[in-house]
Amino acid sequence: MISFNQVRKSYRGGHEALCELSFTIESGEMVFITGRSGAGKSTLLKLIPAIERPTSGTVLVSGQNIGSMRAAAVPFLRRNLGLIFQDQKLLNDRSVFDNVMLPLAFTGHAHKDAARRARAALDKVGLLDREKANPITLSGGEQQRLCIARAVVNRPSILLADEPTANLDSSSAAEVVDMFRSFNQVGVTVLIATHDEGMVQRLNPRVLKLKEGRLEP
Amino acid sequence: MSTWLRQHWQTFGLTLARLARNPVATLLNVIVIGVALALPLGGYMLLQNLGSVAQQLTGNPQISLFLARDADKADIAALEARLKQMAGVRTLRFISREQALEGLKRSENLSDVVSALQTNPLPDAFVIESAGGAAELEQLEAQLRALPKIAHVQLDSAWVKRLDSLLELGRMAVLILATLLACGLVAVTFNTIRLQILTQKDEIEVSKLIGATDSFIRRPFFHLGFIQGGLGGLAALAIVYLCMLILNRSILELARLYGSDFRLSFFGLSDCLALLGFAALLGWLGAYMSVSRHLSGIEPR
Repeated sequence: MISFNQVRKSYRGGHEALCELSFTIESGEMVFITGRSGAGKSTLLKLIPAIERPTSGTVLVSGQNIGSMRAAAVPFLRRNLGLIFQDQKLLNDRSVFDNVMLPLAFTGHAHKDAARRARAALDKVGLLDREKANPITLSGGEQQRLCIARAVVNRPSILLADEPTANLDSSSAAEVVDMFRSFNQVGVTVLIATHDEGMVQRLNPRVLKLKEGRLEP
Repeated sequence: MSTWLRQHWQTFGLTLARLARNPVATLLNVIVIGVALALPLGGYMLLQNLGSVAQQLTGNPQISLFLARDADKADIAALEARLKQMAGVRTLRFISREQALEGLKRSENLSDVVSALQTNPLPDAFVIESAGGAAELEQLEAQLRALPKIAHVQLDSAWVKRLDSLLELGRMAVLILATLLACGLVAVTFNTIRLQILTQKDEIEVSKLIGATDSFIRRPFFHLGFIQGGLGGLAALAIVYLCMLILNRSILELARLYGSDFRLSFFGLSDCLALLGFAALLGWLGAYMSVSRHLSGIEPR
């Protein structure tokens, strides 16, 4: 499903974020990427939706080579991915419901169909009764769940989350992790970057440990 | 195809809603565009009206053909036959010297003078109405001069030419004004769209991240430019129409003094639609330039 082969990513100025990175994630797996801040977790996650391109090596996502992908093909790659960002990127000029509708606006769903899907996604994360609220009025945990609803509304086969439990209290964090687990149980490949050691220990999943851009054995 | 249409329709509705959410800003933009377009549009309307008046005045330019004193009846008949066959002669009227004198006698100021005359000093004459424009008229005049038994050819086209060239000058001025203000319209739209892109920076960034194509992201801005241009065109038509109504009050008064019922008339439907289309197209162009310039700068990191 996702395969990195000898991937190197260096930014302008010579900072090397990832170095000789090779691993494969099978379809339906749930994998945690851990490591300290600056270890390259976010960069790794950004390579998969082609937000960043590898400097060398190959990144394959569902058989597509990210390094050589045309810019025009990138949106269609991203529609098959559910992205949860570290800074959330919720739009505060519209309601919770309209935030979830956003990914459906450009996939050609009829409004009725899209609304039904959006409500189903909100229901899954327990925010159906807040659909008219403005995201800014939600609690931290609710905002994170809204991000998840937006990420899954297109029914992606891969879910990518960058620090989804940062800034959450332990019970909210546990809720969020449980959601990821339930998506994984229905066959979604889940990739979570975190430095929350407690969460990793509790779940005992497969872990890719990064240190200074390399995988630690 | 139906998806494409539906997306356009949805975008159109969303764009209208967005404009309605900021009524003051929208109104100001529309007024700026409307005033800019109203200037050349008003000038064009005045020219059109003046042009049609000039057409009425000079619609049947006349040439007076005065015959030599020694022309006899046979000469006149021969001349008449030749004139009738000439191209450019639409109507032909013969005024004999007796008729001309009668005419003079009937005019109040001159009757005394005329009756004091011993002999009739007036020549026979033909009055020709020509169908052609100024250039053909001159050509006809040259032909007429070459005819035998002609004493004088009188052509009243100098002032027609002057009016024509004056109108031409006006048209050129309006064209230049229109071009400049069309550039202004494009610039206004360019800037509006730039600001709109900046306000929607977050939305654009998120949309790109979750799989919106570039054409989807551009679309609402094209719609915005198009709608704003069209509304500006509508405002321009309204402004010119109002001005016309106000001017017509005074013009009607003035025209009545001259025994005329002249008044300014407005554009026809097709002209109005053409203007709206043109304004909308300019708005679209401004949006296109702005989007090409500013949207590529927003790339999520």
